Amino acid sequence: MSVTFRPSDAVDFLVIGAGAAGGVMAKELSTAGFRVVVLEQGPYLNERDYKHDEIGYIYQPGLTNDPKIQPITYRKNESEKARPIKAIQYGRQVGGGSVHFTANYWRFHESDFEERSLFGEVAGTGLADWPIKYADLEPYYTKAEYDLGISGLGGANPFEAPRSKPYPLPPMPVKSSGVLFDRGAKKLGLHPYPAPVAILSQPYQGRAACVNCGFCEYFGCEMRAKSSTLVSVIPQAEKTGRCEIRPNSYVHTIQTDAHGRVTGAVYFDANRREVFQRAKAVVLCTNGAETARLLLLSKSKRFPHGLANSSGLVGKYLMWDNGGSAMGLFEHPLNEYKGIQVTRVIHDYYRADPKRGFYGGAGIDARFDYYPASFALQGMPSDAPKWGAEYKKMLATYFTHTMTLLAHTSSLPQPGNSISLDPDLKDAWGLPALRVTFDYHPDDVATMQWSLTKQIEILDAAGAKKTWTSGIALTDNMPSNHLMGTCRMGNDPQQSVVDRNNRAHDIPNLLIADGSSFVTAARQQPTATIQALAYRAADYAIQAAKRGEL
Amino acid sequence: MLSTRRLWLSQCAGIAALADIAAAQQHAHEAAQSSNPPPFLALDPADAAEIDAIASLIIPSTDGPGAHEAGVVYFIDRALSTFDAHLREPYRLGMADVQRKRHEMFPASASVSALPGAQQIQLIHAIEATDFFELLRTHTMYGFLGNPNYGGNRDHIGWKLIGFDDRMAYQPPFGYYDAQEQK
Repeated sequence: MSVTFRPSDAVDFLVIGAGAAGGVMAKELSTAGFRVVVLEQGPYLNERDYKHDEIGYIYQPGLTNDPKIQPITYRKNESEKARPIKAIQYGRQVGGGSVHFTANYWRFHESDFEERSLFGEVAGTGLADWPIKYADLEPYYTKAEYDLGISGLGGANPFEAPRSKPYPLPPMPVKSSGVLFDRGAKKLGLHPYPAPVAILSQPYQGRAACVNCGFCEYFGCEMRAKSSTLVSVIPQAEKTGRCEIRPNSYVHTIQTDAHGRVTGAVYFDANRREVFQRAKAVVLCTNGAETARLLLLSKSKRFPHGLANSSGLVGKYLMWDNGGSAMGLFEHPLNEYKGIQVTRVIHDYYRADPKRGFYGGAGIDARFDYYPASFALQGMPSDAPKWGAEYKKMLATYFTHTMTLLAHTSSLPQPGNSISLDPDLKDAWGLPALRVTFDYHPDDVATMQWSLTKQIEILDAAGAKKTWTSGIALTDNMPSNHLMGTCRMGNDPQQSVVDRNNRAHDIPNLLIADGSSFVTAARQQPTATIQALAYRAADYAIQAAKRGEL
Repeated sequence: MLSTRRLWLSQCAGIAALADIAAAQQHAHEAAQSSNPPPFLALDPADAAEIDAIASLIIPSTDGPGAHEAGVVYFIDRALSTFDAHLREPYRLGMADVQRKRHEMFPASASVSALPGAQQIQLIHAIEATDFFELLRTHTMYGFLGNPNYGGNRDHIGWKLIGFDDRMAYQPPFGYYDAQEQK
């Protein structure tokens, strides 16, 4: 069924990036009858390549961007000189981050789309309403949940937005961390519910159910039970005979013609030869950081500040998944290394409340996402010894008796937080390195600190013998895995990069559909919303193309 | 988990290519098949003995097997000869600093491994805030608790200590509290 297109043959759609969004695009566009090429900078791996191997996938970036060949520089603000630090991290392979993610799959709330109206202005930020509402996206959340295979319990979270259908699969088995979280949260009058996850609790669409091996976060699933685009929608796209997934293809320029329309993209192939793939329309899905970089790299005489950038906002309003973590030691073994990472969540503290005195909110989950070596290095209490006989003795108990809470907290859109091109440093292909400028807003810090006290309350109520917290310094949140906001969506072309359908304001046949179009970051892992937006944008692109309007 | 460790690791961790991982595992596999102790590829034997001594202070063998029995120094040698080859120079410089410090603190001593236990511990306290010690500690943990295919964690010594079992499948209940809930 696999098809190969000639680069000189203008395909209907060129999708750049084969991750959470690109995989959805590939399937939707090809099953609608269009010819599609998907360019992916990383390799094409599968479940036989993956291993239970911390050294390969945590110590080394086996499935993520590698700073040795693609350096990233970081600075707090524009007055600093950026220095090489891996400030951001993303999946670099067919399937992208959906291969190695923890698989949490939370929908946005209705309020997330209109926080500027609900909360008001926040000084120093571009907090704004989205041009779409939750109701516009709801059918696509449902479509994503059924297409990909999501396990959960609809209606169990009293704070969730209305849903048109239940989850296609029941929740995963609860772990000891989930049971303890349940007990503690309920004692405090909170409302814990089973975590929705992109992991199969039962066989689904020809794939087997999860066997609870425990190696989800940071790892590729050896059982194909994690519902990555690699094992769900990408095979469906390839099955049409109209979609070619082209790995090891690193795009550096999107080309335009004299009319200001895109004509395709130039990339380095595995042998570093430059190839120009022609296309009638281009869909950018390379993630909230690389999408902005690629638009800035694609400057020309006609577009001297980069493509789709008449607003000057490409790269601006970078947001990431802030948070803070609290840990608890319990009397009996939890054996948290078995089973998926997260089984219980609360959204009681989700919504921003002006009475707190700051903007922000938190979604808190009970989890354990350490593995043996990473726990020994990072999971122990900060006041514990770091070596020696006492340390060894503590390790022997703590690994099996510890659980973690993680608060996902809000990240305000600030104009100074951005992705730009580093003026000095180049990557291994000679392209300007990606430069991150990022600092917390004071309300982001207040929210993280507040979330830590809430987490400790829950652990204490659950009967923890000892509790401790991670820090909330910027370095504690690095590298950021959740990249949002650098091509924000809006109705006004002066104030946004893409329109309400993810189409670039400046270029009719360019769509941008990944985390970059987020107007606000909510307080959660963004994958469900990235994919719902991709389904919606694909729907729009298909209709527009059929009418000859792309 | 939040990712503090990566900030530091990102500046020293090696190239991620899967080929490197495969090479490291192949090397370790061949070494494990051989009946003689595997030769060191990156470390000279004197340095290897010193690194073994320091790793054994991080995870001592006092009440059960530790870093020495797990073959941590062999893992470090594999790392430095494959995916962490670029860290050989930091190791050479780092070990020279350790020896300088040892000589300064205990002028009559000949090596870390020959120091009496109490003095070894004093020495580690003196260097524990250095970047090189953090690198050694990181390598020691991956060598003690990482996948045995890389030459460390022999006989799953590290995993047995902490109660981790690497299986492909588990059935609930997983722990004490979810078992309580099932009753």
